[in-house]
Amino acid sequence: MGKIKLKPKARKGVIKVKAIVKHPMETGFRKDKKGELIPANHIDNVTVTHNGTKVVDADIGAAVSKDPYFQFQVPGAKGDEVTLAYTDNNGGSGSATAKSK
Amino acid sequence: MKRRLFLKSAMASSAVVTAVGAGLLTPNMVFAASDAFKATSDAASSAAAGAAEGTFKFKAPKIAENGAVVPVSVDASKMSDVSNISFLVQSNATPLAASFNFSGALGFVSTRIKMGKTSPVTAVVTAGGSVSAITSEIKVTVGGCGG
Repeated sequence: MGKIKLKPKARKGVIKVKAIVKHPMETGFRKDKKGELIPANHIDNVTVTHNGTKVVDADIGAAVSKDPYFQFQVPGAKGDEVTLAYTDNNGGSGSATAKSK
Repeated sequence: MKRRLFLKSAMASSAVVTAVGAGLLTPNMVFAASDAFKATSDAASSAAAGAAEGTFKFKAPKIAENGAVVPVSVDASKMSDVSNISFLVQSNATPLAASFNFSGALGFVSTRIKMGKTSPVTAVVTAGGSVSAITSEIKVTVGGCGG
C-alpha cells in the first residue's frame, strides 16, 4: 500500500532498525460520512531480514496505529543489509531494503 | 404536551439500550479480525494470565493524549533467547495489538498502538520457553478508533 521509510543505524555491534510504513490501518470499526463502515485494511504481517536471514516475524493487528512505526534491534554492523517487508489483510504488500549506516 | 414528549424520548432511548443489551449492536460482529488472529489473541491472553512478573523494561505513557497513537516499547534485550514480545490492550475488542516473533533480533521492540479507552496494557515476553508479563494502565483522553 504505502512507502516504507527504513533507517538502520549500527552502533556498538547493534543495528537499530527504525521504520515507518505508510498505511491507513483501518480497523473495520470506523464509519464514513454516509454512516457506512470503512472496511478493514491493515497490515497483518511484518518481517525483518538481516543479510538474508529472517530475524523478526510479527503478527500485526488492527490496533496498531496508522502509518505504523516500528523499532527493532539486531546484532550487526555498518554496511549490513536490512529488509523490512509487510503484507496486509487485503493481499497488499510492500518491502524496502537499506544498508545499515 | 411536554410530559408526552419526555415519555416518548425515554421510550426511544430505552429501546436502544435493550438492543445493545440483546447483542444486536455489538461492534464485535462487524470487526473484521481474521479467525486466526483472534485465536492468537486468545492464546496470548491466557498466556499472559498465567505469567510471572517480568524483569524487562516496559515503557508506556501513564496518560495518552491521543488514543490513536500510543507509543509503547519493551526492552528485554538483556534477556537471552527472547522468542516473542506481545502487547495486549485489555479493553480493546481484540486485545492482541501485535505479536513479534524473534529469530535472531534482540528482544526489543517499539511501536505505536490504538486504544479505544483507558485500559490496562500488558507486555508479554516469552524467553527460553517461559513467559513473563508487565501490565501498566494507560489513561486515554481521546479514544483511538474514530468512533
